[in-house]
Amino acid sequence: MQRSLNIDPGKCTGCRQCEMACSYEKEGAFNPSKSRIKVFTFDAEARFVPYTCTQCAEAWCMQACPVDAIKVNLATGAKEVHADLCVGCKVCTIACPFGTINYNASSGKVQKCDLCEGDPACAKACPTQAITYVDSNWTGLDKMRAWAAKTDTGSHVN
Amino acid sequence: MGWARKILRVNLTAGTVKSEPLNMEWAQKYLGSRGLGTKYLVEEIDPKVDPLSPDNKLIFATGPLTGTMASTGGRYTVITKGALTGAIACSNSGGFFGAELKYAGWDMIIFEGKAPSPVFLYVENGTARLLPADHLWGKSVWDTEHAIKAQLQDPLVRVSTIGVSGEKGVKYACIVNDLHRAAGRSGVGTVMGSKNLKAVAVRGTEGVKVRDFKEFFAASNAAKAVLSGNAVTGQGLPTYGTQVLMNVINETGAMPTRNHRDIQFEGAHKISAEAMAEKRPTDGKSNLVANQACFGCTIACGRVSMIDKNHYTVQNRPEYWGASGGLEYEAAWALGSNTGVDDLEALTFANFICNEQGMDPISFGATVSAAMELFEIGAITTEQTGGIELRFGSAEALTQLAELTGKGEGFGAEIGLGSKLLCEKYGHPEFHMGVKGQEFPAYDSRGIQGMGLTYATSNRGACHLRSYTVASEILGIPEKTDPLATDGKAGLVKAFQDATAAFDSAGICIFTSFAWSLQDVAPQVDAAIEGGWSVDRLVETGERIWNLERQFNLAAGFTAKDDTLPKRLLSEPANSGPAKGRVNDLSKMLPEYYEIRGWTADGIPTNETLARLAL
Repeated sequence: MQRSLNIDPGKCTGCRQCEMACSYEKEGAFNPSKSRIKVFTFDAEARFVPYTCTQCAEAWCMQACPVDAIKVNLATGAKEVHADLCVGCKVCTIACPFGTINYNASSGKVQKCDLCEGDPACAKACPTQAITYVDSNWTGLDKMRAWAAKTDTGSHVN
Repeated sequence: MGWARKILRVNLTAGTVKSEPLNMEWAQKYLGSRGLGTKYLVEEIDPKVDPLSPDNKLIFATGPLTGTMASTGGRYTVITKGALTGAIACSNSGGFFGAELKYAGWDMIIFEGKAPSPVFLYVENGTARLLPADHLWGKSVWDTEHAIKAQLQDPLVRVSTIGVSGEKGVKYACIVNDLHRAAGRSGVGTVMGSKNLKAVAVRGTEGVKVRDFKEFFAASNAAKAVLSGNAVTGQGLPTYGTQVLMNVINETGAMPTRNHRDIQFEGAHKISAEAMAEKRPTDGKSNLVANQACFGCTIACGRVSMIDKNHYTVQNRPEYWGASGGLEYEAAWALGSNTGVDDLEALTFANFICNEQGMDPISFGATVSAAMELFEIGAITTEQTGGIELRFGSAEALTQLAELTGKGEGFGAEIGLGSKLLCEKYGHPEFHMGVKGQEFPAYDSRGIQGMGLTYATSNRGACHLRSYTVASEILGIPEKTDPLATDGKAGLVKAFQDATAAFDSAGICIFTSFAWSLQDVAPQVDAAIEGGWSVDRLVETGERIWNLERQFNLAAGFTAKDDTLPKRLLSEPANSGPAKGRVNDLSKMLPEYYEIRGWTADGIPTNETLARLAL
């Protein structure tokens, strides 16, 4: 089964365990500045929103790359940057409408979420299940369930 | 590796910055943060120095777990000689600033001297610069953070700053980071203001490594499971915040009310966690809008609130309509029960002002409370207050004084003295409810006997966070003791004091200790740094730190006579609740405490004790 990261900002407390887990997985150090997932805090509204790549099926980044350095991992569906091919031109960062692929000045390459080969570190580290890794075909399941509960008018009792 | 092994020394007088290697011998003896910062301070300043003189120093220190994936591993401590107390001050803060400082590659920043005109420090990884802050002087915490981010064109920079109260010399000014997390007590912000240092802005992208990642993950994951499985850290604190205590402590009969004249507050239910979560009849929304985690915290106890737009405090003032740090238990008590005010929105507003202008809500609320008592007996009149009817229960008086004190204006300048100086000034020193010049927190020691010893012996003046025996005496953690008994409390207080010093020095939050013992902490510390950190070693380190702080205070001029409580708590019996008729029996606990500590009957560490602790 192909899976997707499913983010529920309503459950996020803004703790950044996901950012540390991601940076450790990819860089070998706790370093949120190098994380592929980023939590945004909107202070005035008290909202905390984790954000990362959605792995578009027809990914803008992949199509824009002039050296074909971004390829699909057929097992996970992730669009992965092949560092050995990336020339650091950043065209993909311009092409991505969501800003989720970014240049890493230390490596001279771009970086983005690659779903950790099907075992994403951010989801494992999240203490509130704000980030889960679910069936790609059913990312709406929780919302559907919630609405189903609301729209059940109760023709049956108990 | 756990430690960055580098400290940043900033001479404000000369305007210089330089990098020094961390003293690793001291790091092995004092661990980090509170302990290690205190060692540097003690070695570098004269204990008798005026806290507001350029010769005092101000240290921002992280711990070895700061910036790691250990739960709550985002703390830093500010260490200095306290403006409020003249004793050792070490005020701990969460938020995101501490981890950022570590990621920039620094264990510690030491500020010395005094800048000739206002400055702020900008640290970007290995580079540090002092920049002019004339344009920031006079700005609030909130405006300063926004202005610095705009000026540096970096929304990711983390800012720790003082508000106007710290510039104006309010004795209990905080240093606030991330808009509403604070190094709160003892006037550390006042010291910062006296140095013409407005703010510290940090951006760190170098990351943190630990000694052994495999061991570290095994230990930190196991410890996280302990937190999530515990009733307090897994359910109580995330749901209710520290405010979970309001009704519990009130029923215990240990809720200081109206400057400790009473011990239970009839309006407690109106300012409790439950009240914060209820929908208001006025606008259909709740005061509490979210719980927020500090960096790396898997508990997430922080309260974030919004004030009813129709409330008198914020009508036509949209700058207060957004969310900010809401009432934690200590603030709700100090601003509420202790002043007799039960208007939740007014308390939240006063708390927002404390965030905005950088004031400790405990000392502010307690000083207003003392002023109310002075007003009620006629020692202060409307002539001094500028017309404010300073009566217990007056929300208007509280919120007006919050705004005035935050800016050091009018009668607010006198409230900014703290309750000790205020009460002395108006001829009633006995109304000062505190120890070593610092106001009590939210537990009346007539109803929780061990807290009397905690306060009397706390190295930074009255404080619950040096040895939170409430955990044992009320909540039964790690085991239940009778809050009205004195037997065994000396040993309990010592054990809590030593363990707490170790928690604080590791760079984690003391709230983890509701669920964690040092058995949970030691493997995390040990996996992060070199040195073989066992439980025993942490306990010994904690005891060493405690004695180091004590020695500083003795050298500063404090004596055993200062290890005491106000007359009210020692001789005026509690008037209601389970503790009715009781005073605090400090004299039954203190001599035993000195003995267990290995101190003389005068509270001085013996040579044997100092030798045993390698001090």
